[in-house]
Amino acid sequence: MFPEILVLLPVFLPMTAAALSVVMWRSPLAQRVIGVVGTTALLAFGIILLLQTWENGIITMEMSGFAAPFGIVLVSDLLSAMMVVMTGIMGFTVVIYSLATAGEDYERFGYYPLMHLLHAGVAGAFLTGDIFNLYVWFEVMLVASFALLILGGKRAQMEGAVKYVTINLVSSMILLTAIGLTYGVVGSLNMAHIAEVFQEVDSPIITVIAMMYMVAFAIKAGSFPLFFWLPASYHTPPVAVSALFAGLLTKVGAYALFRFFTLIFTQDVEFTHNILLWAGAITMITGVLGAAAQFEFRRILSIHIISQIGYMLMALGLLASPDIPDEVAQLAIAGGIFYIIHNIIVKTNLFLVSGVVYRVLGSYHLKKLGGIYRHKPFLALLFFISALSLAGLPPLSGFFAKFAVIRAGLEAMEWYVVVFALVTGLLTLYSMVKIWMYAFWSPAPEDNPQVHKLKEPDDADTWVMYTPIILLTIATVVLGVYGEPFFELTLAAAEQLLDPQVYIDAVGLEYVIDHPIEDIEPTGGQ
Amino acid sequence: MEPLMAFVVGALFAAAVYMILRRSIVKLVIGLILLSNAANLAIFTAAGMREGAPPLIPAGSTEPMVTPVADPLPQALILTAIVIAFGVLAFAVVLIHRAYEIVGVDDLDELRTTDLTKELD
Repeated sequence: MFPEILVLLPVFLPMTAAALSVVMWRSPLAQRVIGVVGTTALLAFGIILLLQTWENGIITMEMSGFAAPFGIVLVSDLLSAMMVVMTGIMGFTVVIYSLATAGEDYERFGYYPLMHLLHAGVAGAFLTGDIFNLYVWFEVMLVASFALLILGGKRAQMEGAVKYVTINLVSSMILLTAIGLTYGVVGSLNMAHIAEVFQEVDSPIITVIAMMYMVAFAIKAGSFPLFFWLPASYHTPPVAVSALFAGLLTKVGAYALFRFFTLIFTQDVEFTHNILLWAGAITMITGVLGAAAQFEFRRILSIHIISQIGYMLMALGLLASPDIPDEVAQLAIAGGIFYIIHNIIVKTNLFLVSGVVYRVLGSYHLKKLGGIYRHKPFLALLFFISALSLAGLPPLSGFFAKFAVIRAGLEAMEWYVVVFALVTGLLTLYSMVKIWMYAFWSPAPEDNPQVHKLKEPDDADTWVMYTPIILLTIATVVLGVYGEPFFELTLAAAEQLLDPQVYIDAVGLEYVIDHPIEDIEPTGGQ
Repeated sequence: MEPLMAFVVGALFAAAVYMILRRSIVKLVIGLILLSNAANLAIFTAAGMREGAPPLIPAGSTEPMVTPVADPLPQALILTAIVIAFGVLAFAVVLIHRAYEIVGVDDLDELRTTDLTKELD
């Protein structure tokens, strides 16, 4: 039973917490307690799962005891376990933040249950080893995010939600069709089984299916040219929800790309991964240029999400050159994973800071902000660290994430893409400096009706909001200054990803009767 | 049967995309409904269709079937997908109703204030 049960807990715990919160519908206090306890448990068991996976290798659990590939299997390799830990960290910090910011209106309409469901969907998507099950977790996650997005019911939220819902549904349907086609070709839904079958076959249909998955996941990740739903919707909900979305949702798309394009679709890398590489490069630059044009705190941050996704795609796309040495491929993938982890922490943190700024000055618009450095130097410091980390300055986590990806890019001799990455880093710094200059450095805005709040000391609620920000800021500093053990971890995860056989063996396909793919050809009706 | 179904699936996808690209919010939802049906039919067709061979095995049988039978799994997948799509589309219908109440017109081109760079609240 142990440690297999650990693989189930990151899904089971949030589901239970959601159910309990619904039972306690009338008591916001009970929901808050369940929120904190539930997410703490998720984080704790996530860390235990990661440690167990580190010690024992890949852990799998067959649902209801149906052997793979016939039943659904949950698989925890290092990448999955790390992403589950990140889900726990995000859940915990955002719930703490919500204690001070959610407000009665949100709590009465199921804010906490939806939050837990979102965690369950995200963790399920990270852990599942079955493509149809992945689709189901995506839908769990999406429905929870739809509802969180419109809680509050402002006009902007409705408008953003119409776009968000439509494009995500289209992406889900592309994913579903791709799953159907995969089943038609392989006759299995188990990722390990599909990977094994596809390794032996070289058929153009596989590339077609690969492209369908790529489009579906790229929409969810917010990659060029499929990201337009993101800047239209991410800044509309309350800031705690924005922070959670920014940290987790697009990264699930990025995770799925990493999983599928290292495990399953490795036949035609020159075609598929080159598309990822260039999509990554253009994503970076369009994202960062889009952000440069904005003058609203949250909009700058949300458009930056897109730009950061570009680095992750670039890391994955570096596998495109067929003669890339193993160490370089490993460095690229490890850099990509490190980048995902760094970005989840820093991006969420910046959103949380923007919420504190809004609480003080009542606006997100840069021209109505100012004076924070003078009157609240501690808040300014927290923003400063995260912003520099996002821009990639040493010794913070962003520097090592970018360094690994760009170094791998240089060694793979993808010069143009590296130029894109470096220019994007510079422009990111420009955007962060812009926020710093307007919101923090400039004199207090005397025409802002809330300007007197700047001079008042922080109340207890604001300190509750500071707690997660401080934790995440420490995380980005530790990942930078003391990054070596974490980078070792991502290197090990990359090694696992680059050797699909490890995953296939861990899932175990001893019940599969060998038959070549010609036999799978459907016989057709009469 | 499969070639015919392929055309049906293609026509459904085409109709869905056409409806989604219309300006009316109501037609957008109709497009999404067609899209989910197209995807379900695609699964059904791609997994192979077999007439007159239900996925049943004789009572007490312990051996794998020798004669081909229809694959029950795609049907289970579609059932799941229909339920999920039903839930999501129910949400989408409520959402567009609320959006219509707030915005006041049945026109997607009016839903662009979040894309403009002017300040929100």
